[in-house]
Amino acid sequence: MKTLIKGGRLVDPSNGVDGIFDILVVDGKISKLAADLSAADRTIDASGKYVFPGLVDMHCHLREPGYEYKEDIESGTKAAAAGGFTAVACMPNTIPVVDNDAVVKYIVDKAKAVGTVKVYPIGCMTKGQEGSQLAEMGFMKEAGAVAVSDDGRPVENTDVMRKAMEYSSDFGLLVISHCEDMKLASGGSMNEGFLSTSLGLKGIPAAAEEIQVARDVILSEYTGVPVHIAHISTEGSARIIREAKKRGVKVTCETCPHYFSLTENAVEGFNTNAKVNPPLRTEGDRQAIIKAIKDGTIDAIATDHAPHHRDEKNVEFQYAANGISGFETAFSAAYTYLVEPGHIDLGKLIKLMSIEPAGLLGKYPGGLEEGAAADITIADLETETTVRSADFLSKGKNTPFEGIKLKGSIFLTMVDGEIRFQGGR
Amino acid sequence: MKGMDLKQMHFGKDLLGIKQLNAEQIQYILNIASGMKVLINSPNKKSPHLQGKTIITLFYENSTRTRMSFELAAKYMSGTAANISVSSSSVAKGETLVDTGKTIDMLGTDVIIMRHSCAGAPKLLADNVNASVLNAGDGMNEHPTQALLDAYTIYEKKGSFRGLKVAIAGDIYHSRVARSNIYALTKLGASVHLAAPRTLIPPRIEETGAVIASSLQEALEGADVVMGLRIQKERQKSALFPDIREYARFYGIDRERLAIAGDDVLLMHPGPVNRGTELTSNIIDGESSVINEQVQNGLAVRMALLYIYTRGGRYEDVD
Repeated sequence: MKTLIKGGRLVDPSNGVDGIFDILVVDGKISKLAADLSAADRTIDASGKYVFPGLVDMHCHLREPGYEYKEDIESGTKAAAAGGFTAVACMPNTIPVVDNDAVVKYIVDKAKAVGTVKVYPIGCMTKGQEGSQLAEMGFMKEAGAVAVSDDGRPVENTDVMRKAMEYSSDFGLLVISHCEDMKLASGGSMNEGFLSTSLGLKGIPAAAEEIQVARDVILSEYTGVPVHIAHISTEGSARIIREAKKRGVKVTCETCPHYFSLTENAVEGFNTNAKVNPPLRTEGDRQAIIKAIKDGTIDAIATDHAPHHRDEKNVEFQYAANGISGFETAFSAAYTYLVEPGHIDLGKLIKLMSIEPAGLLGKYPGGLEEGAAADITIADLETETTVRSADFLSKGKNTPFEGIKLKGSIFLTMVDGEIRFQGGR
Repeated sequence: MKGMDLKQMHFGKDLLGIKQLNAEQIQYILNIASGMKVLINSPNKKSPHLQGKTIITLFYENSTRTRMSFELAAKYMSGTAANISVSSSSVAKGETLVDTGKTIDMLGTDVIIMRHSCAGAPKLLADNVNASVLNAGDGMNEHPTQALLDAYTIYEKKGSFRGLKVAIAGDIYHSRVARSNIYALTKLGASVHLAAPRTLIPPRIEETGAVIASSLQEALEGADVVMGLRIQKERQKSALFPDIREYARFYGIDRERLAIAGDDVLLMHPGPVNRGTELTSNIIDGESSVINEQVQNGLAVRMALLYIYTRGGRYEDVD
């Protein structure tokens, strides 16, 4: 099977590609990259559109096994493809949790059977995500796990955290740390500040995140083991990581589109779709996250796609589940809030959403280069669309972007040469 | 009130908090309440204003005084009042708030009075029912009827709010009463001073316009009104203060401290009072105390609110 992607503007900073070229895909791989190619079984007209290496999400929740009413691997990967992702790494807080090779294998097999994009499972750091005994990282790695994390239930015991970092490094598994001092954050359901006082909700102070970021940075510096900080949301977290990087600490981090596009004001009126952990912060934090993206403190943009059932959001704010269904708005939100205002260029965005996260997971397919796997995303950057959760392919309709106009939409997603999503619905 | 065009007054469907009201609306409610107070003190406590109207109280938290106050308010005005006891209803079987609300709505309810431990719960209910929702306290958010009865009490005794210094002492962090009072009294022109250990002051509360006093002494000096708030003993378990003994010594109000405020000070408390903790018995029962009058004023204010909100939140001439 030969597919020709014709006339698109190719952007791949990892290979120094930026210009109008055609791509010939043969048997799932990029076979040729040149101007004016022809002779194919099918041709995709990409003129006026942008073609770049497939987006990679290093932090999402596919909810299977256990929470199929929220999302499953089939619906989740369909949504991912619609968002321009060709590969996603899913967090282990399922039922049962992913703390052994059997569950890793289940996810890998299920994704092969029903998935539309590549799925990389992330295993637990500790058995049962309980923060006391190490999970079987070696077995999980053999079964296909790409990283370890106790996402959502951070390891409170610093000694266990140290050992999990040291042990995981023997297997080359990246440690992804959800940073939250659970005691300091306890009972909180939004950012702590004037708005939390005004709404009468207990707040989660920025310090609850920053204290744990500082701890993990210190552990990484002491042990020499790399650590990746998940979804940073505050100015202080960015500052701690920036300083650590300057000293040569092997710390990397990600943020999510909602932390540079929205503030805590989205919670006003007790909007449960804006309830997320870490919580949406202040305008000062939002600006600081953008600055940290620009200066390279932040390595990757992840979605933290966290689909929930509507009954889990249509309740009292305190009782509502944390999380945002993020696959289908991530690229547009990032394009609208980072590239459109001129904070970064498209090449940098592709680094943040494809090349860097893929590299951190050890899964970089090679970009737009002859011989590389044909994991390709094509976007239309001119159209502006209004977010309508009813149109989401994800089962989770929980988005704080509802009704907001975003620029830049996904036109086509190709995984190993197969078209997995085609827009223009 | 004089010279105000009452025909323009519009309150909306629900009373979720003082935040949504302006000074004129608050003043209007107080004026209606004063008429209701006359009725309460007449030998025949019955008016026809709620005839044919159904009022349901839906309390997810225990309460005796607020619930009783609303029920009697409805009954004195010839309304049909019923209450849903959460512990023995479908709520205990796991029914969602929205489903419970829709059920109550379909029974022909005009007004739902709701108390809930979660901030924002009355808004969730209000967004999902046709009935008017009156917030009788939601988490740490608001308790608008308490603030209105407090404002009524101050207005009745002092005649005006402008230039008054109101000191609030106690657990302000967890208090919806404090928040609603801050909103109401600052809108009406009073200056509100807060006194509590730093652990019981909500983050950035000063942005409401309230003043965080540097000491209890400073809050009390020259105060026209002193409001005590209930201190829950359980709070010491979460490290908010060492114990009641130390709290009472440094933050409790006794006769000597009340004297700092001046002779014509009003001593208030939303009740129920912990005697000897936030206030000593001799001042609770003393000549400055209006704590018992607050209870009756609460009834008058709630009658006024039921009157207003059974008319679609619109003004009509009182017949």
